[in-house]
Amino acid sequence: MDETPENLIEIRDLKYSRGPRPIFDGLNLVIKRGEVTALMGPSGTGKTTLLRLITRQLIPQQGVIYVSGVDVSTLNIRELYEMRQRFGMLFQNGALLTDISVFENVAFPLREHTKLTNRLIRHVVLTKLHAVGLRGAADMMPAELSGGMARRVALARAMVMDPEILIYDEPFVGLDPISMGVIVRLVRRMNDALGITSIIVSHDVAEVSTVADRSFLISEGTVAASGSPDELRTAKSELVRQFMHGMADGPVAFHFQAPGYEEQLLGRDSE
Amino acid sequence: MKRLALDVYHTLLESIRTFGAFQLFFLRLVKHSPAILFSRFDLVVKQVYNAGALSLVIIMICGLFVGGVLGLQGYSNLARFNAEDSIGVFAAFGLTKELGPVITALLFAGRAGTSLASEIGLMKATDQLSAMEMMAVNPVRRVLVPRFLGGVIAMPLLAAVFSAIGLFGTHLVAVELLNVDVGAFWQQMQNTVDIEDINEGILKSVVFGITASHIAVWEGYNAIPTAEGVGRATTRTVVITAIAVLVFDFMITAAMI
Repeated sequence: MDETPENLIEIRDLKYSRGPRPIFDGLNLVIKRGEVTALMGPSGTGKTTLLRLITRQLIPQQGVIYVSGVDVSTLNIRELYEMRQRFGMLFQNGALLTDISVFENVAFPLREHTKLTNRLIRHVVLTKLHAVGLRGAADMMPAELSGGMARRVALARAMVMDPEILIYDEPFVGLDPISMGVIVRLVRRMNDALGITSIIVSHDVAEVSTVADRSFLISEGTVAASGSPDELRTAKSELVRQFMHGMADGPVAFHFQAPGYEEQLLGRDSE
Repeated sequence: MKRLALDVYHTLLESIRTFGAFQLFFLRLVKHSPAILFSRFDLVVKQVYNAGALSLVIIMICGLFVGGVLGLQGYSNLARFNAEDSIGVFAAFGLTKELGPVITALLFAGRAGTSLASEIGLMKATDQLSAMEMMAVNPVRRVLVPRFLGGVIAMPLLAAVFSAIGLFGTHLVAVELLNVDVGAFWQQMQNTVDIEDINEGILKSVVFGITASHIAVWEGYNAIPTAEGVGRATTRTVVITAIAVLVFDFMITAAMI
């Protein structure tokens, strides 16, 4: 393995299919330590699936995924859970536990994995909630939060164990501009202040461009392009241009595969 | 014809596979149960409250009316043989050995079982279980086992309450309404009902508690994470539990006679 120390996650020749449909077909990708890396691509290209493969919620049919030089497929359950404690993950919908308060949600990993006193847990949780601006919402229930607030609470929970790697799955979806701006700033601030590595899965080109150090554009099972946001914006590739500039038609067809329009309207397709 | 045979073969194979997975899932629940029972008893207590205390009202109301019906039916039928004084024995046998455990299990499936299955299914649909996995917390230990144990502990207690309230209902109808002698009512019951009869009821309610809780957490955990999937899992919980409870009831009764 020719991994350099700064390669935190390395994916080699990854193949994964769901039923007969291939999701990844020989994907290679390296995520550097300390950077904010964006995984972008049209809907349905398997960005979230890739996150699940990295964290071994799914197992690839072929290929290897190294985290800090360790092949994640070789880990036993105990080692896997130890590895996951190095990760923090922000789910698309926040995934807060709905039967406990905001405070208890953030305290959850601490209560499960440490023997800290209640006083210390309270201190840590309030610090994390303060960092996302929601110290005042500690006693609220998840159902009382707006989408943006829920995601910020989830972010506080994701970083409460001081993870080495923070993963954001579509953090900008469905947020108003203010909440989106808050999350974008938080991603950058957390990454730099805590010295962690961030992975963002998103197709919000504008927001990702302001925060990512490096982006990978995933399409048709492989990395179609990679580089800094500026490099991707000025790329010559038709696919990259279509995606980065939000053009309706191009290599990624606007219309899903279908029989001829006229034939279908006239009912000839079923003959 | 060949196609039909292949379909039947694949369906059969899938059913056997599912049944095997269902049994392995049970072993996982049992494997983690002692640790959760001793190290996270607070979680179990919360689930006993959810499955048990919150089902008390429906159990007590149904118990009262089932007992009342037993009083009416018992009186009208036993009176033909001038044996209406034995109505206490008749109700006690019926409630402790059969109606208490069985009706409690059916009500449990409808109230607590559906609640368990839909709660776990929704947790799955909203990524709460995946979030736990990512926080290095095993959702089987943290979510499923406490709910399973909560149901297992709550069921015998609910069945006991059902039987007690049922006997009170029979007493109300038989003694207060139909003027059966109160002394004969309780005395004959005390003389005739043995500890073995009570034990049969306890055994049944424990078996039904394990069955109903196992089915509910299985269905919730394996629900397709959509609104329709969770709805189906909830319905299946009631249907499968009802069938399983009646089958097990027959088997236990046959074994103990």
